[in-house]
Amino acid sequence: MKRIHSLTMALALLAACAPQSPAADKTILNGAGATFPYPIYSRWFDDYNQLHPEVQINYQSIGSGGGISNITSRTVDFGATDGPMTDKQLFKVDGKLLHIPTVLGAVVPVYNLPGVPELRLSPETLSGIFLGTIRKWNDPLLKKDNPDAELPSAPITVVHRSDGSGTSYCFTDYLSKVSKAWEKKAGRGTSVEWPVGLGGKGNEGVSGLVKQSPNSIGYVELIYATQNKLSYAAVKNAAGSFLKATIEGVTAAAAGVKMPADFRVSITNAAGENAYPISTFTWLLIYEKNDGGAGNTLRGFLDWMLTEGQKSAPELGYAPLPKEVAALVKKTVERIK
Amino acid sequence: MSADNFHRRKRLNNAVTLITGACAAVCVAVLLGILGYIAYKGIASVNWQFMTKLPRPVGQTGGGIANAIIGSLKIVGLASLVGVPAGVLGAVYLSEYGTKKTAFWIRYCADILNGMPSIVIGVFVYTVMVLPMKRFSALSGSAALAIIMIPVVLRNCEEFIKLVPVSVREAALALGVPRWKVVLRVVLPAASRGILTGSVLALSRIAGETAPLLFTAFGNRFWDNGFLHPIATLPLMIYTYAVSPYEDWHNQAWAAALILLAIVLAANVTARLALRKT
Amino acid sequence: MAKPGLRERADDKTFRLFVLGFGLVAVALCAALAAELAWGSKLAWAKFGPAFFWSSRWNPVEEQFGALPFIYGTLVSSLLALLLSAPLGLGAAVFLAEIAPKRLAAALCFLIEILAAIPSVIIGMMGIFVLVPAVRWFEPFLIKYFGFLPLFAGTPYGVGMLSAGLILSVMMLPYITSISRELLLAVPQQMKEGMLALGSTRWEMLRKVSLPYARSGIIGAVFLALGRALGETMAVTMVIGNTPKISASLLDPAYTMSAVIANELAEATSDIYVHSLIAIALALFLITLVVNAGARLMVYRLSDGGGPQ
Repeated sequence: MKRIHSLTMALALLAACAPQSPAADKTILNGAGATFPYPIYSRWFDDYNQLHPEVQINYQSIGSGGGISNITSRTVDFGATDGPMTDKQLFKVDGKLLHIPTVLGAVVPVYNLPGVPELRLSPETLSGIFLGTIRKWNDPLLKKDNPDAELPSAPITVVHRSDGSGTSYCFTDYLSKVSKAWEKKAGRGTSVEWPVGLGGKGNEGVSGLVKQSPNSIGYVELIYATQNKLSYAAVKNAAGSFLKATIEGVTAAAAGVKMPADFRVSITNAAGENAYPISTFTWLLIYEKNDGGAGNTLRGFLDWMLTEGQKSAPELGYAPLPKEVAALVKKTVERIK
Repeated sequence: MSADNFHRRKRLNNAVTLITGACAAVCVAVLLGILGYIAYKGIASVNWQFMTKLPRPVGQTGGGIANAIIGSLKIVGLASLVGVPAGVLGAVYLSEYGTKKTAFWIRYCADILNGMPSIVIGVFVYTVMVLPMKRFSALSGSAALAIIMIPVVLRNCEEFIKLVPVSVREAALALGVPRWKVVLRVVLPAASRGILTGSVLALSRIAGETAPLLFTAFGNRFWDNGFLHPIATLPLMIYTYAVSPYEDWHNQAWAAALILLAIVLAANVTARLALRKT
Repeated sequence: MAKPGLRERADDKTFRLFVLGFGLVAVALCAALAAELAWGSKLAWAKFGPAFFWSSRWNPVEEQFGALPFIYGTLVSSLLALLLSAPLGLGAAVFLAEIAPKRLAAALCFLIEILAAIPSVIIGMMGIFVLVPAVRWFEPFLIKYFGFLPLFAGTPYGVGMLSAGLILSVMMLPYITSISRELLLAVPQQMKEGMLALGSTRWEMLRKVSLPYARSGIIGAVFLALGRALGETMAVTMVIGNTPKISASLLDPAYTMSAVIANELAEATSDIYVHSLIAIALALFLITLVVNAGARLMVYRLSDGGGPQ
C-alpha cells in the first residue's frame, strides 16, 4: 500500500510542481492566423504586455487559412489573415466579423542562386516559373529579363506554401491578375493546387526551404527575406519598371486605392510608377460583439496599435497604414464591443 | 565431408558473423550519432537564461523556453493523473478477473489504440473537445496524451501484475480476506515496482508526442493560464523553431531537443534498468 | 484465478465491476474514435463517395478532394523504409541473439531500444539539418548513374520521398531488431543445440532451424514496425516536401496522410475541407488497424509479444 501511495504522491508532485495559475483579474486573449505579420504582431503583443501587464495576448502563427477557420468556429478570440475572407466564407460566420487592417506588407520572390546577387522578374517569367513552363534558370525568358546575370543551367526548385496562407493569396491574386494561364490553371486562394514545387509550412517554412536548397525560388513576406538575408528579386510593375520591394513602394501601391467600407481590398498590380506590384494589407478578424471583457481589451489594444504601434512598423519592414485609412479604421474599432 | 567443403562452410559462417555484426554496429552507430549530434548542438545554447526566461518577440535574439518546460510538465502530469490509475485498474481487471471474452476484447482494443497514429487521436480530441468547447486548451492536450497513455499502461501493467505468484493470492484468500482487499493490499503492492516501471515507460512515450498537440494544446508564447487556455509545450516548440528560418531559433530548438531528450531518456533508461534487476 | 468465486461477496462484486469499468475504457475509446471519425467525415463520403480513395486531385480552391496522393505517399515511404530497415534490423537481431556474447548483446540491445524512445520531432530535426543536406549532396550521383531509371530521375531537392523513407527506416529499426531478437531467443534451445551437435555451423543452424522457426513472428515484427511508420507524422512532414503529387521518382517531394492532417486540419476553411481531412484520418485508422491486427496475430503465435517501449 505504501508503494501505491508513493506512486500517487510522485504524480501529484509532478502536477503540483508547476507554478499556480495567475490572478483572476488578468485578461487573456488568444489569436491565431497569418504568418506574414507574425514578426510585428509578436512585437506588438510583447510591447503591449509590458505596458499593460494585466493583458496577455497570445498569438500563434498557423497561417491565414487557420486564422479564418478558427475565428469562424470561435476557437480563438481573434483571427488574422492577409487574404480578405470571401463572401462565401463570411456567409458561414455566425455574427458580424470585421476586417481590421493593421499594416501593409510586400510579398517578395526570394531565391537561392549562388553568384546571382540581383535578379529581375517580369510577370511573364514569374508566372512561367510557378506554372512550371520555365524549368531552368537559363531559360530565354529569364535571360531576357536579366541580360547581365550569369544564370546557371540548373533546374529551378519552386517552393510554395503547404498551408492555407494569405501570403499565397496575395501572390496568387497577383499572378491571376497578370497571367490568364495562371488564373485558369490554379486561380487565387489561401491554398491552391500548385502546378509545381515543394511545400513549406508558413513563411518560416518557405524561407527555411529556400535558404537550404540551392537553385530554389519561393515567395515570402519582405521581413522574412531581410531577417534571413535571402536575396529577393525586383518585379516589373504595371507601369513597366522593375522594383525591389520597399516600404515606399508598398505605400505607393496603397495610395491609389479606393477603400471600401469593410476594408476588403486588393492592391496587387497597382498602377503608379513607384507602386510595388505584390503588396497587400493584412487584417485582424474580430467580431463586432465579443463575450465578456474581450471587446474592451481588444479595443484598447487596437487604439494603441493605430497610434503607437504603427511606429514600429517600418523598422520591421512593414508599411504603416496611410493616415486616412487609420482614421477610417479607428471609427470601425469603436464599434467593437 | 571434404576439407574443402569444410573450409567453405566455415568461411560462409564467418562472413555471416561479419555481416550481421556490421548490421548491429550500424544500428548502434545511428543511435550514437543522433545522441552525440544533439548533445553537441544543444549544449552550446543551454544556459540559465534559456531555462528560466520567456521567448522574445520573433526576430529578436535571446529569450528562453521556461514556459514550454513547465507547460510540458503540466500537461504530461495531468495526463498521467488520469492515464496511470485508469490503466492500472484496467490491468487489474485483465489479470485478476478477465474472463476470456471480455479480456480478449479489452486487449484487442488496447492494442489497436496502441498502434493508432497519435495524429488520429489528435483529430479525435479536436473534434470532441476543442470544437465544442470553442477553445484550444491545455486540458485537451492532456486528454489526447491520456488517451495515448491508457492502453500503454494497461498492457504494460497487466504483465507485471500477472507475475505476482498465484500462491501469494491464494495464501491471502485462505485467510478469509475478501478478494478486493487481496488485490489492493497484496497483489498491487507486490507488483508495485513493475507498475511504476510500466507507468514511467508510458510517461516517457507521451512526453515526446508532438502531433496530437498541434491542434489541442496549440502553443503559447507567455506563461500558461491554467488548463482552459492554450499552453506551450517542449515538443511543439521544437517543431515550430526547427522549421523556422531564424538561426537563433534553430539553436534554441537544438537546446530544447537536448532537454527533452534528457528527460525522456532519463525516464526510459531508469525504468528499463529497474526492470532488469527484477 | 480468473473465475470469480460462487459465493462472491457484494463488495467483491462492486470492486470487480469497478475495475471492469476501467478495462472497458479502452473498448469505449476505440468505438468512440471510430464513430467520431466516421461521423466527422460524412460530408466527404456523401460528396465524393468511394472515388475519394482514387481521386488524386487536392484542390481547396475548387473544393475537390481526393486521398490518393496521400495514400500513395504513406504506403511508398513506409515500404521504402521497410526495404531499408528490415535486412539491417534482422541482421542485427541475428547477431544479438545468436552470435554476440551474452553481455555484449544485452548492452547493445539496450542501446538500440533507446532509439525507439527518441521523440519523433527530434528525429525530424536531425532529418532537416543532417539527413536532407546529405541526401541533397548524394542525389546528383544517383541521377547521374541511375537517372535512366524513372525511380531516380528528377531534381536533387533533398527533401522528398527518399529522405522520408530514410528517416522512417531509422524509426523502424529498433522495433524490428528487438522483437526479432526476442523471437530468435524463443527458439527452443534443444533444437539449436541438436543442430550444432550434428556438426553444423552457426549459420547453418540459423538457416535451417532458428529462422524457419521464428519466420512468421519475424514477419509480424516487420509489420508491427510498418504500422508505426504508416502513422508517423512529425519526422515525415519535416522532410517529405509536402506536395500532393504522385511521382514515380523517389527524389520528388510527396505527402503522407498524417502529414496533410497535421498541416491542414487547424486551418481548413470549409466544412467539406475539414470532413475530407477527417476522412483521411479515418482511412489511416483503418490501414493501421489492418496492419497491426495482422502483425499481432503473427507475433502472438510465438511469444507473448511486447517489443520495445
